[in-house]
Amino acid sequence: MAGVGGGNDFQWCFSQVKGAIDEDVAEADIISTVEFNYSGDLLATGDKGGRVVIFQREQESKNRPLSRGEYNVYSTFQSHEPEFDYLKSLEIEEKINKIRWLPQQNAAHFLLSTNDKTIKLWKISERDKRAEGYNLKDEDGRLRDPFRITSLRVPVLMPMDLMVEASPRRIFANAHTYHINSISVNSDHETYLSADDLRINLWHLEITDRSFNIVDIKPANMEELTEVITAAECHPHQCNVFVYSSSKGTIRLCDMRASALCDRHSKFFEEPEDPSSRSFFSEIISSISDVKFSHSGRYMMTRDYLSVKVWDLNMENRPVETYQVHEYLRSKLCSLYENDCIFDKFECCWNGSDSAIMTGSYNNFFRMFDRNTRRDITLEASRENSKPRAILKPRKVCTGGKRKKDEISVDSLDFNKKILHTAWHPKENVIAVAATNNLYIFQDKIN
Amino acid sequence: MSSENQESEAPLEFGEEKQDSQEKDANPVKSEEAKLKAKYPNLGQKPGGSDFLMKRLQKGQKYFDSGDYNMAKAKMKSKQLPVAGQEKGLVTGDHIPTPQDLPQRKSSLVTSKLAG
Repeated sequence: MAGVGGGNDFQWCFSQVKGAIDEDVAEADIISTVEFNYSGDLLATGDKGGRVVIFQREQESKNRPLSRGEYNVYSTFQSHEPEFDYLKSLEIEEKINKIRWLPQQNAAHFLLSTNDKTIKLWKISERDKRAEGYNLKDEDGRLRDPFRITSLRVPVLMPMDLMVEASPRRIFANAHTYHINSISVNSDHETYLSADDLRINLWHLEITDRSFNIVDIKPANMEELTEVITAAECHPHQCNVFVYSSSKGTIRLCDMRASALCDRHSKFFEEPEDPSSRSFFSEIISSISDVKFSHSGRYMMTRDYLSVKVWDLNMENRPVETYQVHEYLRSKLCSLYENDCIFDKFECCWNGSDSAIMTGSYNNFFRMFDRNTRRDITLEASRENSKPRAILKPRKVCTGGKRKKDEISVDSLDFNKKILHTAWHPKENVIAVAATNNLYIFQDKIN
Repeated sequence: MSSENQESEAPLEFGEEKQDSQEKDANPVKSEEAKLKAKYPNLGQKPGGSDFLMKRLQKGQKYFDSGDYNMAKAKMKSKQLPVAGQEKGLVTGDHIPTPQDLPQRKSSLVTSKLAG
């Protein structure tokens, strides 16, 4: 069966898998965010242990023209550490909630990483030269006795093995009472927003001691709390526009030119609910876990528990496209509520041309939808399909009675194997899929 | 994969086979709801209510107070201290978190296995 992403011969192949094959996965190793940079040459992951690992794509070599560049470790560092707020008796997890790259402006790379409370700007730079022959220092760094120095020696730059250094350049702290769920770099490349459950702040990348509050939905009386902010993103081209989604399945678009405090939205996106289908679960499964603008800036995509919806920014009363991710779970909502899976926050992403979208599911399945051909496919991230360039076979979940060969029944799905985080290369058909503690990289087949 | 072409400007739905009617659609959810209500009769009507959201906002809070703990220990003498309930972090009434309930010290920082 043809895959998704363009052309009838399109198929996805296994490329690489990173991480250990442990039976017992340590909580710290669980990947919590995956993000390509603007060129796609760098791929960053964050985990529950507060660590960031950055992979770099190898240059395609002339010797092996049929193999696409592989991603290898470029840099790794401890971004956040566990903290304890003694005043509030609050444990602050070091888990990296989001990583967002800044557009590259010079030789160094910059990214923002955040945990629940603090955002950090990291600079990743290469060092491939070292100065040798200091006048006042020995080669091992010890200071020379000044009285023994009789001639002037000017240091020369000598090549050295490439060293990649990560250093925290800015720490944006103490601006969020609640847990940060999103960060988004603005198209002006000067500001970015950070959102927690009840507030959204606007920062300047150079200024760490203050931020500007632009959305505040905290009610005067907390008993009146009805919804929380679940995700927020800046528009890719219009630096005055951003959106935020809520736990009630609504999206608000705000224009910072309209007023300083954007409590009043410019646009309000909500799909009318059929009152006859209302149930105890309705609000929970309508909660939006991710919102992403298309690269074009014309559309945005939202992910709720069972579906992905594409919205035209010009039409607020309903989405223009709805894709069912795993509709068969509708008959399992009771147990999914009991085991908390109903609260899982799945992300979604666009491909570079906005023609396809991808999101994760359970049993290490992930789904792709082609917006043009209307085809969809379910694939699996598994070590069983991990031979180099092995073509991924489409998977199918059987809902009815008769299970065909190669199908898997809903009751056999492993709900502990969830794919919450996926990323699509900004220009090519290369995708990164985080399956608990493993990172899979898949590519299109080179014919 | 079936898609529905409607005469109105209604959006298209893709992916799984759409159910025949809304009724069939609602039924699995209604029966799931009934299952849940049968198991937990005290469950409130509105899951999205403020209690539910407040719990979400309070993630990570531990109320261990050494003063309370020692007072309770003195009061109880030989008796067992009340242990905080199943819901980690949500402590009400006489239940106080004890050192046993708090998470173990996290292991020292090591390099990610992804970089191995």
